[in-house]
Amino acid sequence: MYGKGLRPLSIATVAMLTLSLSLVFFYAPLDADQGFIQKIFYIHVPLAITALIGFVVGGVFAILHLRSGDSRWDAYSYVSIHMSVIFGVAVLITGGIWAKASWGHWWVWDEPTLVSFLIVFLLYATYYPFRYAIEDRDRQARYASVFAIAAGAFVPLNFMAVRMAESLVHPRTFGTANGGLPGEMMLTFLCCLTAIALLWVTLVKFELTAKSASGQVKRLRRALDAPAPGASSRIAPEVS
Amino acid sequence: MFELLAATPALPLDEAGKYVAGAYIVFVVLLVVYVGIMAAKLQRIERELRELAGFAESRANGEKAAAEPPEKVGA
Repeated sequence: MYGKGLRPLSIATVAMLTLSLSLVFFYAPLDADQGFIQKIFYIHVPLAITALIGFVVGGVFAILHLRSGDSRWDAYSYVSIHMSVIFGVAVLITGGIWAKASWGHWWVWDEPTLVSFLIVFLLYATYYPFRYAIEDRDRQARYASVFAIAAGAFVPLNFMAVRMAESLVHPRTFGTANGGLPGEMMLTFLCCLTAIALLWVTLVKFELTAKSASGQVKRLRRALDAPAPGASSRIAPEVS
Repeated sequence: MFELLAATPALPLDEAGKYVAGAYIVFVVLLVVYVGIMAAKLQRIERELRELAGFAESRANGEKAAAEPPEKVGA
């Protein structure tokens, strides 16, 4: 069910990533201020935008779960948040590398953009222990959905607060009406953003498909484990 | 902080290249690690499915044998 359309989506993602990397290194001009180091922008910013939108999407799926009670939406919400946390790790590492090259420091604590992203990341890092501390499946899904909605609402609020705060060193990517980027850079950036967003969707679908297959195997095991007439042996316990 | 920025102009290509390569390699490594973990999960699912298929077949054979009438001796 979840795997439908996964193959064309994967092909589109690989094609888009290839095109984006080609544009980054062979088409986009060098930045007048930062030079070659600015190429990190094309991976760091799309990853950050996708991760933050992914957190909000996880909250939207959580609303759908609470409204309908359908566990499918809870799976969507969980996987969206899970994937965004992984993207968040990539954002923090690539951002650190860029900061070291650009500012001479891996991390700047008095910079609102960096610290606010770290807060959001750490908030979502608590989602896993919070979720898995609850044994009952229904309660676990319900509480996790409430968490996802509250945290998802915090993300845009946090983003707006950071935009309003005075930035010390971190550039405002779209600080001006036209984004503050020349045409070639903007085109390259939009291609990279599309590629990373496609990668996020593909990996979410991939993870959901794997989870669904694992769930189906468990169901099958339970069904086969039921004693049949004339059968004395029972199946081995589930592999965890 | 502004003094710091003023004192750190754009890095030369040979210096900047290492950082840019590092950032992109981190992205690729994370992707490969994730795909590796997913591949391990899929292998486990495949192994469990094979085990379940074997069990279902043996149970079906057992039921079939139980349903067949016993052969007459000397017929």
